[in-house]
Amino acid sequence: MDGIQQPAGREMIAVRRLSKRFGTAAAPVIALSDIDFAINEGELVVVVGPSGCGKSTLLRILAGLMPQSAGEAFLGGTPIAGPRRDIGVVFQSPVLFPWRSVLNNALLPVDVQGLGREKMRERAMGLLKLVGLEGFEHRFPWELSGGMQQRVALVRALIHDPALLLMDEPFGALDAMTRESMNQELQRIWMERKKTVLFITHSIGEAVYLADRVLVMTPRPGRIMDELKIDLPRPRGLEVMNTPEFGAYVKRIRVALNATGGIE
Amino acid sequence: MTNFILRLFFIAALLLIWEALVKILEIPAFLLPAPSSVGMALYRGSISGLYGEHIQVTMLETLMGFAFGAAGGLLLGTGVALSKKFDYFIYPIIVMFQAMPKVALAPLIIVWFGLGLTSKVVNAALVCFFPLMINTIVGLRSADEDRVSLMRSLAATPLQIFAMLRVPNAMPYIFAGLEIAMIFALIGAIVGEFVGAQAGLGMLIQSMNFTMDVAGQFSILLILSVVGLLLNAGIGLIRRRVLFWDPSSRQSGNLKPASKEVV
Repeated sequence: MDGIQQPAGREMIAVRRLSKRFGTAAAPVIALSDIDFAINEGELVVVVGPSGCGKSTLLRILAGLMPQSAGEAFLGGTPIAGPRRDIGVVFQSPVLFPWRSVLNNALLPVDVQGLGREKMRERAMGLLKLVGLEGFEHRFPWELSGGMQQRVALVRALIHDPALLLMDEPFGALDAMTRESMNQELQRIWMERKKTVLFITHSIGEAVYLADRVLVMTPRPGRIMDELKIDLPRPRGLEVMNTPEFGAYVKRIRVALNATGGIE
Repeated sequence: MTNFILRLFFIAALLLIWEALVKILEIPAFLLPAPSSVGMALYRGSISGLYGEHIQVTMLETLMGFAFGAAGGLLLGTGVALSKKFDYFIYPIIVMFQAMPKVALAPLIIVWFGLGLTSKVVNAALVCFFPLMINTIVGLRSADEDRVSLMRSLAATPLQIFAMLRVPNAMPYIFAGLEIAMIFALIGAIVGEFVGAQAGLGMLIQSMNFTMDVAGQFSILLILSVVGLLLNAGIGLIRRRVLFWDPSSRQSGNLKPASKEVV
């Protein structure tokens, strides 16, 4: 831990030579190998890669849910050594508690971290309005569609005003149309709130549409083999996907992934 | 509604056939009484006030046995689910104890605790704690991995994960266990009364058996099933309130999904 150079002030996340091995010492499975990257404050970075490339493992390490085997990960200059209160996570499935109403699901981090329900209630109502769930506060998760449930999960991840939002293929289980509109909404919320976001996906189109910067990951062992800045003006409408610039980014990522046999 | 009426007709038809068979085949009353004589026995017993006291005794034994058994089952189940040591040292003993038919213990329990209320309560509690304990263990252990990850990502303490996730998550299992435990407690109380008692429906069945009052015994069986249904319905009522969020509690119908009934 000591002797490592601390990241610069604008860097929210710094990852240095991060590796993760599973299995035994005799027959290790290398999930992540020498990952290096940084995310600046307010930046939306997307990691794209095929299934099994270790991108979810990377997210779980950053969320403090799993220790790394080697290397360092810093959040706001301090090493990540376990779960932290200044991170919000959105998982692949909404992971709502069926015995809690929409509002109470959104307030779960408030209850866990003892942040004072009364004053956070206002904030939860505001966030639910922001994601278009006004009037659904007292409904229960089973009464909502998949897209609406994932919006509740997003509100829950934002309620305690975390410095960093980690999103693990959050819209992967939704149908294509809902997914596109969720991407638009995420962009809108991100532009309004200016959170630092690390978003993980296996959809190249989704990556290019959302990202300030895309990190391309390849499997076995998981490495970042390309990094590209997406210079498309915001807010991006869905029609941006039909522009030649968008197509060029998609093509570059696809070529990078194909080169390593990462995509079938 | 028409289905309900059809159901009543069906039951009435069965009773009629039973009545007719008894009359036609001239089956003696000490072997199989006709439904009409069971009805008469029930009527006579009711107006003479014979049943009231015994129903109260059996209900009290059952409910007290259930209360102690349920508390024990919940505590032991929570201990096994939470503590590896407890699981390792205590659980095998409990399972060995369970493997022995509890009914066989009833005579000993009468010797130890006497002919009164206590022995029946102990018997009922011993018979009914096990299913609730097993369901509590399974329920507390069955929290979804993603939900645990979510709680951990929020820096929740193990106690918070237990209280805010594992306990509510276990409730459907616990209620399924409570429903079984209630019926088991009734069985335990009746068996206790068979072996030795001064009052109660089980004792009444025994004494009618000695006098060959088979119609009377049938009338008590009828009362016992009504008592069982009422006790079960009480739990069901609480369950539907507490578990409004559980899909298997929301749907209606005769057959509850058995998925959460482990025992």
